[in-house]
Amino acid sequence: MNIFKFSGIYSKRAARNLLSSLLLILPLPAMAALGDNAASVLADQARIKGTLRSVDAHTYVMHEITAPTGAVVREYVSPAGAVFGVAWEGPFPPNLQQLLGPYYQQAQQAQQAAASAQQQRARRAPVVIETPGLVMYQTGHVRSFHGQAYIPQLVPPGVQASEIH
Amino acid sequence: MLLAVAGVIAMAACGSSSSGGGTTASTITSVTVTCSPSTIQYGQTSQCSATVMGTGSFSSAVTWTASAGSISASGLFTAPSGGNVSLLVIVTATSTQDTTKSGMANITVNPVQQANNVAPVVVDSGPDPQKAPTVNTPYVTITICVPGTNTCQKINHVEVDTGSPGLRIVSAVLTITLPPQKDSSGNPLDECLVFLDGYVWGPVATADITIAGEKASSVPVQIMIPSSSSPPVPHSCSSQSMGSNGNEGGSVDTFGANALIGVGLLQQDCGPACTTSPPPDAYYDCPASGCNPTTVSLAQQVTNPVSMFAADNNGVLIQLPALPDGGSLTVNGSLIFGIGTQSNNGLGSAMVYPTNNVGDFTTTFNGTSYPASFIDSGSNGLFFLDSKTIGVPPTCPKPNDTWYCPTTSPDNLTAVNQGSNGQSGPPTNFSIEDANNLFNTNNSAFSTLGGPNPGSFDWGLSFFFGKSVFTAIENKSTPGGTGPYWAY
Repeated sequence: MNIFKFSGIYSKRAARNLLSSLLLILPLPAMAALGDNAASVLADQARIKGTLRSVDAHTYVMHEITAPTGAVVREYVSPAGAVFGVAWEGPFPPNLQQLLGPYYQQAQQAQQAAASAQQQRARRAPVVIETPGLVMYQTGHVRSFHGQAYIPQLVPPGVQASEIH
Repeated sequence: MLLAVAGVIAMAACGSSSSGGGTTASTITSVTVTCSPSTIQYGQTSQCSATVMGTGSFSSAVTWTASAGSISASGLFTAPSGGNVSLLVIVTATSTQDTTKSGMANITVNPVQQANNVAPVVVDSGPDPQKAPTVNTPYVTITICVPGTNTCQKINHVEVDTGSPGLRIVSAVLTITLPPQKDSSGNPLDECLVFLDGYVWGPVATADITIAGEKASSVPVQIMIPSSSSPPVPHSCSSQSMGSNGNEGGSVDTFGANALIGVGLLQQDCGPACTTSPPPDAYYDCPASGCNPTTVSLAQQVTNPVSMFAADNNGVLIQLPALPDGGSLTVNGSLIFGIGTQSNNGLGSAMVYPTNNVGDFTTTFNGTSYPASFIDSGSNGLFFLDSKTIGVPPTCPKPNDTWYCPTTSPDNLTAVNQGSNGQSGPPTNFSIEDANNLFNTNNSAFSTLGGPNPGSFDWGLSFFFGKSVFTAIENKSTPGGTGPYWAY
């Protein structure tokens, strides 16, 4: 993986400038990132009040936002400009509703449907959601959370889901 | 005769006599009795022996009696069981040849020494077995009191959780009023705590906590309230979770316990992160106008009560018996406080696995290392990796696909745990059985229940059966080093 080249449209500074100017004329996306466009990365950075580091992995760009609390959110943007995956780790889970955007409700419904149909529920156990339109995992315990979510249809060709972490 | 009446010794007082076959009258001169040990506990035994002295061809036979308990023909005394005051027992041996000759000895029987640091643990189907049966959930009974008073309440089915710090009580269970904690603005202090698959919400209060013979005073605890209560759950709290359980602390049935006692590696549930601004969405300042995140000192945070005991405060030991394949209906074990502080909580041959500062260590399976792994009695299965990983069993058909259903059951597996000091232990063997078959047994305790957890190992309660598992608290010194660590 390479740190952004300054020359390309995806260079860190250029991306920031472009997105910042977009933000001046566009309203902030109401909710975050997954499935959204790259502009939501900056919205998330602003909301999290974090520092941004962007890495070009050729087949995608990873934006890593580190919050003052030490929580880290990584957003994976495809060449087409779609956030196809997000990952997080830190002492607290992120605001999943913002991070998963329209997929939050979908994940919630999948979980609730499974739980109500189950003979025995896994308690204080990892979250594992694997639906055709959304994959989401979360593991950890108090003060240490790790999770990832992605939209299989938006993952660029040649990218392994395991790279979203 | 000596064989038949063990411990009875015949002695001729004046040397050998009656060897010539003449009929000399024999007499008994004395009977003396000794018992060893002379001090025992209820239910224990002491061996008594009688020394019979006499003249002529006297008989050394005696009959035994005891003023309490029972004594055999061979002089083995068995104390009664279950007393709680000391008892003086008189054991008497009477010559069968001359019943006017007898000897006596005293045995002191003391109450069984109940270690003050042992809380019985039960793994059963929970506080509401009809409507909301639980599996693999360890429970203890505690007493909470309004600080400094005798206004107290006993609570059973309190879940033992090594994956979190602090006591949290379902509000509907409370019959006493615990004083609420105020934040630095003088407003009520509430807390949002996210478990993996749900969150709990409600005010912070203080309580005196007694469990076994241990007591912690004025401990910050959380009262978990339903979403219909006030203050309402802040959006920034609920949106940290999308788990199936939502606000899982809202009722006993959704929580699976009346309360949860977090006896894990850490002292506070938030720690330094909540003491500096901007605070995370964990503790909330809650004036009437609404709740907003606030900073909270370490002393005000919900705290692992074990760390506040006067003694035995450096960690806990959980002991649960090994289980047969297929599980058990209910299981009894022990939650023992302290590590190396009493004769019943020594590390012995247990291997120490230090964790990083948030309580993770590394598990290696099939040659791949998973550094965000952990041990957690509050997880009700052994959650590890996923079916796409070579060597991991398939999940059960939907909707039970949060559990594993191996095609060959039991599926015997092995992994290696490694502490943050780089030292690996011997292989840890575990077995996974078909979860659907297990649930059909109506048992509530399973050492072979597992499910997926992509990317790491969550060694939940299944791991604890047949082991002594130590959890050492951060910054507390123990004979195995300073916590945080696990040892087993």
